Amino acid sequence: MGSGTNIGKVRGLGSAKHGGTHWISQRTTAVGNLLLTTWLVASLLLMPNFDQATLALWLAKPSVAVPMILMLVSVFWHARLGLQVLIEDYVHDDALKFGAMTLLNFYVVGGAVFGIFTVAKLAFTGAPA
Amino acid sequence: MGQKTTRPLSPHLQVYRWSPQMAISIFHRATGFVLATAGMLTLLWWLSAIGGGAESYAVFQKYVVGAGDSATSVELAINWFFRLLALAVIFSFFQHLFSGLRHLVLDMGAGYELKTNRTWALAAFVAAIFATALVALVVASRVIGV
Repeated sequence: MGSGTNIGKVRGLGSAKHGGTHWISQRTTAVGNLLLTTWLVASLLLMPNFDQATLALWLAKPSVAVPMILMLVSVFWHARLGLQVLIEDYVHDDALKFGAMTLLNFYVVGGAVFGIFTVAKLAFTGAPA
Repeated sequence: MGQKTTRPLSPHLQVYRWSPQMAISIFHRATGFVLATAGMLTLLWWLSAIGGGAESYAVFQKYVVGAGDSATSVELAINWFFRLLALAVIFSFFQHLFSGLRHLVLDMGAGYELKTNRTWALAAFVAAIFATALVALVVASRVIGV
C-alpha cells in the first residue's frame, strides 16, 4: 500500500476475489456430511451387535470403507473451514491467529490422514484377531 | 486492536433479549466446536480401536460405553465423564445438523419472514432434543443394556 497517488492508497485493499470459495466449500462439505453421516447413523442402527470382530469385518468391506473415508475427508474439511471462522472472529492478535491457524491445519490434516490410514489398513490387510 | 479506546461501544450481547433466532446462531458455533474437537477425536479413537483388535476395542468400550461391574471408582468416574461427553456430542450432532439444514434453506433466500424464521429456529431445537433422547434410549437399551 503506497501513500502517494490515489490509486496507490487503495491498491491491495479490495476483495481478493477468493471469498466465495470458502463459502461454497463449506456448503458443499455440509451436504457431504449430511449424506455420509446419515449413512453412518443408519448403518450403526442396522448393526446386529457392536463386537470388535463384527465392526472390523464391517469396516473392511469396500462398501463401508469407501464412504467412511469420504466421510472423514468431508467432516475434517468442514471442521477446518468452520474453526477457521471461529479463529478469525475471536483471535485478534496476529501472532496468536497465525499460530492457531497452523495448529488447526496440523490437527485436521493429521487427524484425517490418521483416520483414513486406519480404515485403509483394515480394508487392504483384513481384520486383526 | 483498539481495546484502549474510551469512545462509546456499540450495544453488545447482554443488552438483547434472547430469542430462538439468536440462540440457534450461537449454538451452531458452539456445537460445531464440540463436534470438531470431542466428536472427531472420539470418531478417530473408535476407528483406531476397531482397527487395533479386540484388546484395544475393549479399552474404548470400557471407558466410553460401560466400565463393567469390576470397575474401580476411578474407572467409573472416567466412564461417566466420557458418557456425558458422548451425550454432548450426540446433542451437538443433531443440533448442528438441523441448524445446518436451516442454513441451507436460508442460503436459498427462503425463511426470513419473522414468524417463519422464529418457528424453524425453535423447531430445530425441539428436533435436536427429541433425536438426542431417541439415540440415548437406543444406546441405553441396545449397547449398554439397561
